[in-house]
Amino acid sequence: MEEIYAKFVSQKISKTRWRPVPAGSLQTADTFATGSWDNEENRVSLWSIGDFGNLDSDGGFEGDHQLLCDIKHHGDVMDLQFFDQERIVAASSTGSVTLFLHHPNNQTLSVGQQWTAAHYHTSPGSLSCRSAPCTGVVCSNPEIVTVGEDGRINLFRADHKEAVRTIDNADSSTLHAVTFLRTPEILTVNSIGQLKIWDFRQQGNEPSQILSLTGDRVPLHCVDRHPNQQHVVATGGQDGMLSIWDVRQGTMPVSLLKAHEAEMWEVHFHPSNPDHLFTCSEDGSLWHWDASTDAPEKSSLFHEGRSSIFLFHSISNQANVHQSVISSWLSTDPAKDRIEITSLLPNRTLSVNSLDVLGPCLVCGTDAEAIYVTRQLFS
Amino acid sequence: MNMLSAVQLIPGVNSSKKQMCFDWGPGEMLVCETSFNKKEKSETVPGCPVIYIIRKDVDVYSQILRKLFNESHGIFVGLQRIEEELTGKSRKAQLVRVSKNYRSVIRACMEEMHQVAIAAKDPACSRQFSSQVSILSAMELIWNLCEILFIEVAPAGPLLLHLLDWVRLHVCEVDNLLADVLGSENPRKHESFWKLVTILVLQGRLDEARQMLSKEADSSPTSAGMCRILGDLMRTMPVLSPGTTQTLTELELKWQHWHEECERHLQDGTFASSPHLESLCKIMLGDEAALLEQKELLNNWYHFLVTRLLYSHPTVKPIDLHFYAQSSLDLFLGGESSPEPLDNILMAAFEFDIHQVIKECSIALSNWWFVAHLTDLLDHCKLLQSHNLYFGSNMREFLLLEYASGLFAHHSLWQLGVDYFDYCPELGRVSLELHIERIPLSTEQKALKVLRICEQRQMTEQVRSICKILAMKAVRNNRLGSALSWSIRAKDAAFATLVSDRFLRDYCERGCFSDLDLIDNLGPAMMLSDRLTFLGKYREFHRLYGEKRFVDAASLLLSLMTSQIAPRSFWMTLLTDALPLLEQKQVIFSAEQTYELMRCLEDLTSGRPVHGEPDAQRLQDDDIETTKVEMLRLALARNLARAIIKEGSLEGS
Repeated sequence: MEEIYAKFVSQKISKTRWRPVPAGSLQTADTFATGSWDNEENRVSLWSIGDFGNLDSDGGFEGDHQLLCDIKHHGDVMDLQFFDQERIVAASSTGSVTLFLHHPNNQTLSVGQQWTAAHYHTSPGSLSCRSAPCTGVVCSNPEIVTVGEDGRINLFRADHKEAVRTIDNADSSTLHAVTFLRTPEILTVNSIGQLKIWDFRQQGNEPSQILSLTGDRVPLHCVDRHPNQQHVVATGGQDGMLSIWDVRQGTMPVSLLKAHEAEMWEVHFHPSNPDHLFTCSEDGSLWHWDASTDAPEKSSLFHEGRSSIFLFHSISNQANVHQSVISSWLSTDPAKDRIEITSLLPNRTLSVNSLDVLGPCLVCGTDAEAIYVTRQLFS
Repeated sequence: MNMLSAVQLIPGVNSSKKQMCFDWGPGEMLVCETSFNKKEKSETVPGCPVIYIIRKDVDVYSQILRKLFNESHGIFVGLQRIEEELTGKSRKAQLVRVSKNYRSVIRACMEEMHQVAIAAKDPACSRQFSSQVSILSAMELIWNLCEILFIEVAPAGPLLLHLLDWVRLHVCEVDNLLADVLGSENPRKHESFWKLVTILVLQGRLDEARQMLSKEADSSPTSAGMCRILGDLMRTMPVLSPGTTQTLTELELKWQHWHEECERHLQDGTFASSPHLESLCKIMLGDEAALLEQKELLNNWYHFLVTRLLYSHPTVKPIDLHFYAQSSLDLFLGGESSPEPLDNILMAAFEFDIHQVIKECSIALSNWWFVAHLTDLLDHCKLLQSHNLYFGSNMREFLLLEYASGLFAHHSLWQLGVDYFDYCPELGRVSLELHIERIPLSTEQKALKVLRICEQRQMTEQVRSICKILAMKAVRNNRLGSALSWSIRAKDAAFATLVSDRFLRDYCERGCFSDLDLIDNLGPAMMLSDRLTFLGKYREFHRLYGEKRFVDAASLLLSLMTSQIAPRSFWMTLLTDALPLLEQKQVIFSAEQTYELMRCLEDLTSGRPVHGEPDAQRLQDDDIETTKVEMLRLALARNLARAIIKEGSLEGS
């Protein structure tokens, strides 16, 4: 049975991230980090999930996640990424980017490196700068890329005090999220529905490719790349639509899937099981999309009583897709165009701001100040 | 609500020395010292540079209570969605379940607060948490009683069972004592043995009491007989078991027999040799004097009430409750002390006076959470229809509005308040409109969340205002692209015009466009304002020109002027842009188009106002302008000539 544990934590959670497990180890995820927003004092916190197997007589309170340590964070935590096992990068609404160190020996967090005013606005006619929120961060050791409301892209190295590369005015609108396509290429999404690919090998301030939603210019809020097929990219928009793109061809999404009723805040392919995708939204829902084609009787996978919906609005030039390396997300066979969607949270209330998946574990955080954890995604 | 006129002193403020001024906010009050002095003018003393923010609802700021607010918010929203069609039993069962959910949240909160109180190192801090624990405990006590009386509406018989559960839940020291005694080496010799047995009997936990007695019987042969008799009495006491079809009359009859048997034993002096057993027997007979002897173990009058009912009126009717409650309170206090607020609240509940309960709670408790949620639940039980306040709307809505306003005053709990306002049909909407505009928009993400709230509720005025704020911010930060996006989202034509003008001005200054990614992708949004359309089209002209599609570019340029989309101030720039097209080798503008261009130029030059006192700068400007006009005239004339020849020769051929 699928168990979801909820814990109220007295702070609105903006980001949740699993700590990566060492490559090649059989360990499952046991620690995650959260960031808070809109509190008078915001925090970056590390949590440990207890052993869910040991249910005590009181009905399993042992399964709750416990706070390991936390540290004050100046401004809202806009994004959070594990740099490696011991280091966490946090993006702040004050425009700074901070690298926190976790000391497992005495369970404390400390500030390792900080780039203040990484993102800022320049006022017309004056030399003074106003800080601009940093909206997204992505790491690929040793590089850290940040984007912000100022439309700027920064490339940092963990050991460099100054930015290695800065693209000013990379975007005329707000950049909402960033991810690596293939190092040294990155993907950004912005508030006018565009997906831009930047290549750090190229000089100059122009993207190497622009893809966009046609017509409505619906802002895109999140982006994730397929872990194995690097040309397959998923984005989530303000209208709650999920778009699947093939960045090798066309400038339009391969398919648009009607999803949530409000802003989709995050989308994640499952890192090791990429036929599964997870999305969360301002409307308070958290969805599991299952596009695996080899599951004839999938309903048994999930807890009964939860609704499953079939919908797939495929648009576009699918004839162009190379048949040889079809991902299930780019599939053109109508018989296979079935994605099963399961809602993972029992009753929706306030916005689910963030989610992360690793192995069989999922964690998400909400504006209702609750953190939900499950360790049996595919039970 | 009747407010008690208690004077609250604001720490740090001395109003006898300085004159104060204040201003009311939605949930807070601002107080600061004025520079006026009461008696003499002493300019030397500088004013205190402090503004005090005085908050009404302090509990909102407690970290632990935040969990209560958040968790109960979910229950509240669920309750509002309960199908109205649900009637009768299923509806009642639903409402009872909701009530229990609320209580379990209170309990969870209380337990955590208790843990924190124990762990606190600072005694003052610990005291504060402990007092919170007792407030939460009182809240749960009241809520539970209201649940039994108003929501469950238990009839005679089950009513007493519910009340017993209520007392057992709230007088829970006995469980610790039980574990303590049973854990000791020889429970019978434990100093609290008899105390424990008495408490068990007082709470009607007769099975456990019997087991304790059997321990006594095992170890002391002299009292074994007595213990067995009393144990039998305990075992045979008739109780209502929920599953059976037993009628109340049958129960009353059996109970009467049992009662008489107890009485006979007492009169026969069966337990005369053991004062402990005798007193237990007296309790089981409902003897008031014997009960009052156990005042300390009973803790409070409502425990006394329930024990008394258990052993003398087990089938008490709801309607008679208040009579027994009042007499129990009087007997228990015995005129030594006066009832406290909690006693009054419980008494009002026993009298089935809901409004009095809510009124007393509003006065006694330090937050609106309790009364707002309880009143809302009771309203769903359709118990409050008749009551309308002479101000605002009904009581439920009044309390919900107060609570939600408190949430909105909080830095981050405002999101919860939205749903409460939603379920206030009369004044919720206006309150939300007033509050939502005051949310500081620190990041775009937060603004998007606020916007979503407004858009879902069709609050167009607020949507416009938020977008405008963001557009203004973007302009101030020199982010014209963002500013334009926001004004398009707000459908704010005036602001779109303003931003477009800024784009055009920048173009005139720099000779190139910024933010092409946005302007090239305006799409239908271009139609929002004439100036924006012009901006988009003008940029299109540049693109066509860049792609060497001169004919298309030329006709677009001309149409911008003839259709009056281009602002007059920009015509000269457009005409200048036409110059290179006029100078191309092949003829691009037809004769007719050239006439149009000439007309535009003449319109522009003839309409020029005559300047008053020309200064040096203006003279120079005028000079450049005159040269431009002359160059244009020349180019136009030459183009016209070429066009006429070309068109003439085309027709001729």
